[in-house]
Amino acid sequence: MLHIVNKSPLTSGTLESCLSTMVDGGDVLLIEDAVYAATAGSAFESKLTAAMGRCKVHVLMPDLEARGLGDRLLAGVSSVDYAGFVALTVSNKNCQSWL
Amino acid sequence: MSDNKKFMFVNRKAPYGTIYALESLEVVLITAAFDQDVSLAFLDDGVYQLKKGMQTKGIEIKNFSPTYRALEDYDVEKLYVEKEAMEARGLNEDDFIVGVTVLSRAEMGKLMDEQDVVLSF
Repeated sequence: MLHIVNKSPLTSGTLESCLSTMVDGGDVLLIEDAVYAATAGSAFESKLTAAMGRCKVHVLMPDLEARGLGDRLLAGVSSVDYAGFVALTVSNKNCQSWL
Repeated sequence: MSDNKKFMFVNRKAPYGTIYALESLEVVLITAAFDQDVSLAFLDDGVYQLKKGMQTKGIEIKNFSPTYRALEDYDVEKLYVEKEAMEARGLNEDDFIVGVTVLSRAEMGKLMDEQDVVLSF
Protein backbone atom coordinates (compact mmCIF):
# COMPACT_ATOMS: atom_id res chain seq x y z
CA MET A 1 0.00 0.00 0.00
CA LEU A 2 1.10 3.56 -0.73
CA HIS A 3 0.92 6.23 1.97
CA ILE A 4 1.25 9.86 0.86
CA VAL A 5 2.15 12.60 3.36
CA ASN A 6 2.28 16.33 2.57
CA LYS A 7 2.71 18.06 5.97
CA SER A 8 5.92 19.11 7.73
CA PRO A 9 6.81 16.56 10.45
CA LEU A 10 7.76 19.23 12.98
CA THR A 11 4.47 21.14 12.92
CA SER A 12 1.97 18.40 12.14
CA GLY A 13 1.40 14.91 13.48
CA THR A 14 0.36 13.42 10.13
CA LEU A 15 3.65 11.69 9.33
CA GLU A 16 3.80 10.18 12.82
CA SER A 17 0.19 9.01 12.43
CA CYS A 18 1.07 7.46 9.10
CA LEU A 19 4.17 5.68 10.37
CA SER A 20 2.45 4.34 13.46
CA THR A 21 -0.59 3.11 11.52
CA MET A 22 0.87 1.51 8.42
CA VAL A 23 1.82 -2.15 8.22
CA ASP A 24 5.38 -3.18 7.42
CA GLY A 25 6.51 -3.40 3.82
CA GLY A 26 4.51 -0.50 2.44
CA ASP A 27 5.61 2.56 0.51
CA VAL A 28 5.66 6.07 2.04
CA LEU A 29 5.85 9.01 -0.35
CA LEU A 30 6.79 12.41 1.10
CA ILE A 31 5.58 15.37 -0.96
CA GLU A 32 5.20 19.15 -0.47
CA ASP A 33 6.12 20.18 3.11
CA ALA A 34 6.61 16.55 4.18
CA VAL A 35 9.89 16.45 2.26
CA TYR A 36 11.51 18.23 5.23
CA ALA A 37 11.28 14.88 7.07
CA ALA A 38 13.86 13.44 4.67
CA THR A 39 16.56 16.07 5.28
CA ALA A 40 19.78 15.34 7.13
CA GLY A 41 20.05 17.08 10.49
CA SER A 42 16.32 17.49 11.05
CA ALA A 43 14.93 16.60 14.48
CA PHE A 44 12.75 14.03 12.68
CA GLU A 45 15.75 12.23 11.15
CA SER A 46 15.96 9.42 13.72
CA LYS A 47 12.23 8.64 13.45
CA LEU A 48 12.37 8.45 9.67
CA THR A 49 15.52 6.34 9.79
CA ALA A 50 13.76 3.94 12.15
CA ALA A 51 10.78 3.73 9.76
CA MET A 52 13.06 2.92 6.84
CA GLY A 53 13.84 -0.38 8.53
CA ARG A 54 10.31 -1.61 7.87
CA CYS A 55 9.03 0.32 4.87
CA LYS A 56 10.28 2.02 1.73
CA VAL A 57 10.47 5.83 1.95
CA HIS A 58 10.36 7.99 -1.18
CA VAL A 59 10.62 11.74 -1.59
CA LEU A 60 9.29 13.84 -4.46
CA MET A 61 12.53 15.48 -5.58
CA PRO A 62 11.06 18.61 -7.26
CA ASP A 63 9.52 19.53 -3.88
CA LEU A 64 12.84 19.04 -2.06
CA GLU A 65 14.74 21.09 -4.66
CA ALA A 66 12.16 23.88 -4.49
CA ARG A 67 12.87 24.19 -0.77
CA GLY A 68 16.62 24.51 -1.32
CA LEU A 69 17.38 21.13 0.22
CA GLY A 70 18.06 18.94 -2.80
CA ASP A 71 21.58 18.30 -1.49
CA ARG A 72 20.46 17.24 2.00
CA LEU A 73 18.51 14.09 1.19
CA LEU A 74 18.87 11.46 3.90
CA ALA A 75 20.76 8.34 2.87
CA GLY A 76 18.44 5.45 2.15
CA VAL A 77 15.51 7.55 0.96
CA SER A 78 14.57 7.00 -2.66
CA SER A 79 14.08 10.11 -4.78
CA VAL A 80 11.30 10.14 -7.35
CA ASP A 81 10.10 12.59 -9.99
CA TYR A 82 6.47 13.08 -11.08
CA ALA A 83 6.65 10.00 -13.32
CA GLY A 84 7.91 8.03 -10.32
CA PHE A 85 4.97 9.35 -8.27
CA VAL A 86 2.57 7.97 -10.87
CA ALA A 87 4.47 4.68 -11.02
CA LEU A 88 4.06 4.27 -7.23
CA THR A 89 0.31 4.83 -7.44
CA VAL A 90 0.10 2.23 -10.22
CA SER A 91 2.29 -0.41 -8.56
CA ASN A 92 0.41 -0.27 -5.25
CA LYS A 93 -3.04 -1.81 -4.89
CA ASN A 94 -4.36 1.16 -2.92
CA CYS A 95 -3.33 4.49 -1.46
CA GLN A 96 -3.97 6.67 1.59
CA SER A 97 -3.30 10.42 1.61
CA TRP A 98 -2.63 11.67 5.16
CA LEU A 99 -4.06 15.16 4.63
CA MET B 1 7.98 60.55 13.99
CA SER B 2 5.41 60.23 16.76
CA ASP B 3 3.02 57.92 14.92
CA ASN B 4 5.75 55.46 14.07
CA LYS B 5 4.74 52.06 15.38
CA LYS B 6 6.68 48.88 15.91
CA PHE B 7 5.35 46.18 13.59
CA MET B 8 6.40 42.56 13.83
CA PHE B 9 5.59 39.93 11.20
CA VAL B 10 5.65 36.48 12.74
CA ASN B 11 6.38 33.81 10.12
CA ARG B 12 5.82 30.22 11.22
CA LYS B 13 5.03 28.34 8.01
CA ALA B 14 7.27 26.63 5.48
CA PRO B 15 7.28 28.16 1.98
CA TYR B 16 5.31 26.74 -1.01
CA GLY B 17 3.23 24.19 0.95
CA THR B 18 0.88 27.02 1.92
CA ILE B 19 0.50 30.62 0.72
CA TYR B 20 1.34 32.19 4.11
CA ALA B 21 5.03 32.90 3.45
CA LEU B 22 4.36 34.75 0.20
CA GLU B 23 1.40 36.66 1.65
CA SER B 24 3.50 37.80 4.59
CA LEU B 25 6.18 39.11 2.28
CA GLU B 26 3.60 41.08 0.29
CA VAL B 27 2.23 42.74 3.44
CA VAL B 28 5.75 43.48 4.71
CA LEU B 29 6.45 45.44 1.52
CA ILE B 30 3.21 47.38 1.89
CA THR B 31 3.93 48.21 5.54
CA ALA B 32 7.47 49.29 4.72
CA ALA B 33 6.09 51.81 2.23
CA PHE B 34 4.37 53.57 5.14
CA ASP B 35 7.69 54.15 6.88
CA GLN B 36 7.06 52.06 9.98
CA ASP B 37 9.49 50.21 12.24
CA VAL B 38 9.25 46.70 10.76
CA SER B 39 10.71 43.48 12.18
CA LEU B 40 10.42 40.02 10.64
CA ALA B 41 10.50 37.04 12.95
CA PHE B 42 11.01 33.49 11.69
CA LEU B 43 9.88 30.78 14.09
CA ASP B 44 9.21 27.04 13.79
CA ASP B 45 8.92 26.00 10.11
CA GLY B 46 9.11 29.68 9.16
CA VAL B 47 12.91 29.41 9.29
CA TYR B 48 12.71 27.33 6.10
CA GLN B 49 11.53 30.44 4.23
CA LEU B 50 15.07 31.81 4.26
CA LYS B 51 16.87 28.69 3.01
CA LYS B 52 19.36 29.39 0.24
CA GLY B 53 19.37 27.57 -3.09
CA MET B 54 15.67 27.15 -3.79
CA GLN B 55 15.05 25.76 -7.28
CA THR B 56 11.33 25.92 -7.95
CA LYS B 57 11.27 25.17 -11.68
CA GLY B 58 10.19 21.59 -11.02
CA ILE B 59 7.08 22.61 -9.08
CA GLU B 60 6.27 25.51 -11.43
CA ILE B 61 5.91 28.06 -8.64
CA LYS B 62 7.83 31.35 -8.58
CA ASN B 63 10.84 31.34 -6.25
CA PHE B 64 10.17 34.39 -4.09
CA SER B 65 13.18 33.97 -1.79
CA PRO B 66 15.36 36.58 -3.60
CA THR B 67 12.82 39.18 -2.39
CA TYR B 68 14.17 38.78 1.16
CA ARG B 69 17.45 40.19 -0.11
CA ALA B 70 15.64 43.24 -1.52
CA LEU B 71 14.05 44.12 1.83
CA GLU B 72 16.96 46.30 2.89
CA ASP B 73 16.16 48.62 -0.02
CA TYR B 74 12.85 49.23 1.76
CA ASP B 75 14.64 49.84 5.07
CA VAL B 76 13.47 46.49 6.41
CA GLU B 77 16.66 45.32 8.05
CA LYS B 78 15.50 43.58 11.21
CA LEU B 79 15.25 39.88 10.48
CA TYR B 80 15.23 37.53 13.44
CA VAL B 81 15.52 33.74 13.38
CA GLU B 82 14.65 31.51 16.30
CA LYS B 83 17.72 29.53 17.31
CA GLU B 84 15.94 26.42 18.58
CA ALA B 85 13.83 26.12 15.42
CA MET B 86 16.88 26.60 13.20
CA GLU B 87 18.85 23.91 15.00
CA ALA B 88 15.97 21.41 15.08
CA ARG B 89 15.92 21.62 11.28
CA GLY B 90 19.63 21.02 10.82
CA LEU B 91 20.21 24.59 9.65
CA ASN B 92 22.71 27.28 10.60
CA GLU B 93 23.19 30.96 9.73
CA ASP B 94 25.17 30.12 6.58
CA ASP B 95 22.11 28.38 5.13
CA PHE B 96 20.14 31.61 4.84
CA ILE B 97 19.76 33.75 1.74
CA VAL B 98 20.12 36.93 3.78
CA GLY B 99 21.85 38.09 6.96
CA VAL B 100 19.79 37.51 10.10
CA THR B 101 20.01 37.92 13.86
CA VAL B 102 19.62 34.63 15.69
CA LEU B 103 17.64 34.84 18.93
CA SER B 104 16.71 32.24 21.51
CA ARG B 105 13.03 31.43 21.84
CA ALA B 106 12.93 33.42 25.09
CA GLU B 107 14.54 36.47 23.47
CA MET B 108 12.08 36.18 20.60
CA GLY B 109 9.18 36.19 23.05
CA LYS B 110 10.49 39.31 24.72
CA LEU B 111 10.91 41.12 21.39
CA MET B 112 7.39 40.09 20.40
CA ASP B 113 6.05 41.47 23.67
CA GLU B 114 7.62 44.88 22.94
CA GLN B 115 5.75 45.38 19.66
CA ASP B 116 2.79 47.70 19.05
CA VAL B 117 1.38 45.51 16.28
CA VAL B 118 1.97 41.81 15.64
CA LEU B 119 0.88 40.27 12.33
CA SER B 120 0.75 36.49 12.30
CA PHE B 121 1.44 34.26 9.33
